[in-house]
Amino acid sequence: MAAWIMAGVTFREALRKKLVWIALAAGIAFLALFGTGLHYQAKDFAERSTNPLLRREILRTMLTLGLYAIDLLTVILAVLTSVDTLSGEIASGTIQAVATKPVHRWELLLGKWLGFVAMLSGYLLLMVGGVNLLTYLAGGVTAHHPVRGFGLMWMETVLLLSVSFLLGTAYSSLTTGVFVLGLHGLAFIGGWIEQAGAIAGSPRAVNVGIVASVIMPSESLWRRAAYEMQSQVAGAMHMTPFGSESVPSRTMIIYAGVYLAAALALAVLRFSSRDL
Amino acid sequence: MAISKPDLAISTRALRKVFRDKIAVRSLSLEVPRGEVFGFLGPNGAGKSTSVKMLLGLVRPTAGQASILGRPAGHVATRRKVGFLPEHFRFYDWLTATELLQVHGRLYGMTRDELRKRVPALLDLVGLTPHHDKRLRDFSKGMLQRIGLAQALLNEPELIFLDEPTSGLDPVGRRLVRDIIKAQRERGATVLLNSHLLSEVEITCDRVAFIKHGEVLETRELKSLLQEQTSVSVRASKLSSEILGGLAQFASSIHATGENLNFSVTSSRALPEIMRYLVNHGVDVYECTPQRLSLEERFLEIVGTDGGL
Repeated sequence: MAAWIMAGVTFREALRKKLVWIALAAGIAFLALFGTGLHYQAKDFAERSTNPLLRREILRTMLTLGLYAIDLLTVILAVLTSVDTLSGEIASGTIQAVATKPVHRWELLLGKWLGFVAMLSGYLLLMVGGVNLLTYLAGGVTAHHPVRGFGLMWMETVLLLSVSFLLGTAYSSLTTGVFVLGLHGLAFIGGWIEQAGAIAGSPRAVNVGIVASVIMPSESLWRRAAYEMQSQVAGAMHMTPFGSESVPSRTMIIYAGVYLAAALALAVLRFSSRDL
Repeated sequence: MAISKPDLAISTRALRKVFRDKIAVRSLSLEVPRGEVFGFLGPNGAGKSTSVKMLLGLVRPTAGQASILGRPAGHVATRRKVGFLPEHFRFYDWLTATELLQVHGRLYGMTRDELRKRVPALLDLVGLTPHHDKRLRDFSKGMLQRIGLAQALLNEPELIFLDEPTSGLDPVGRRLVRDIIKAQRERGATVLLNSHLLSEVEITCDRVAFIKHGEVLETRELKSLLQEQTSVSVRASKLSSEILGGLAQFASSIHATGENLNFSVTSSRALPEIMRYLVNHGVDVYECTPQRLSLEERFLEIVGTDGGL
């Protein structure tokens, strides 16, 4: 019950942040740009009577590109909006009036977390839906496995959110932000090393990438999402952040799920035992 | 296990808190009976706020025991009967006064029906009815303190912790806090008041604990504390050294210069007897003024002038 109250008030607090509205404006601007691009592309295709199969593949690639941009936007939104929620309220003392109510600390933390999950889910759904709608209108193309893809992107967002919560129980807002984005950056670079290693036939380089994914599996979730959503042709594109030379395995996805749950559980434990 | 006497609102034994290398509370042992307005006095950094936070479960004690309302400190369900005004009350500033009380009331487990009656009544009590629709961001420091006080009273608590409740308040606001504390006592609630405004404590509290370096130096009933050790100045003529010698059976620190006579008594109850003695021995008494020690003087006497630093 208390968790729902906190979720509600946190959701409203999150929507009060200018950052969310700027991200939304950026997202809409992006969709507008994307839609305009698709529109002219479709016109040119029609004029040149491009092969419909090729058209579809190009559209699918465009779709993946669009989703990649959304993924970045959402990840940044998740981290930047949530870094302050624990450390900031602990530092300012805002948390004191709430934590002395007859509620468990885990209810407070989970409530806050749910509030952010709701806000981020709404954003992601809007953007992923928007991009798919645009490619559908331009040429009847949508993601290959849209639900799976969305689920994986959602998981990536929530994973980073949970890590941000965990670090927020121990560090200042700024440190938490740098730490989480640093970990995500590590995973990102690791993903590239893994791709390059796979192309160059270097299993040791692939292993370096896998180690990076073990440290932070966020990028693996994106790469798996891209793999689920795109067609084989786009998947064969080399050396791109959505290439699938080395697709993260099912095991890696399960690992990411465990990682997410562990981060959240640790956040609850740390928050429950720390002085406020 | 934790000490829990049902007639005690607060009970601590050798409560200790160490932050890294700093001892915030050395060894706090305290008993506050139910229904009392109890003042926590001490210089800055004496460990008052940390002690309150330990009692509320915000801060984990390093050692020792603490219980409130008969349950170990930090027990979640007990907090249903507890109210707390933090030293610097703040909350999401986009909420209106009414919304803030609704959120906090719901965290207390109050129903919407209960809140529909309780919230306007509390806003009225703290004088914020005209501002019920105003957002907290437009509140002055004093108004924030008032709304903070209101949220601490939402659940009609049995035990109320007020950490510097009058900070940021003007004289009218301070008067309001005094009246509210009085009303809470009449309702039978226990109030723990943390304040460095000694005049405030002097007016509102039944008992006080003097704290320094996270230890209770003394716990005293305020009335007796202020009554005892009264110094008295008398203007009288026809004083002789024999009469002054005889005065020693009632008083101490006797000094006489000309018509001015000063002495100390352990209780103002001794004064009529002294007057009778002087008059019976032919002394003409023109004036007798007991100089009551203020709480501030007692504070400095007990805690010392080094400010606990």
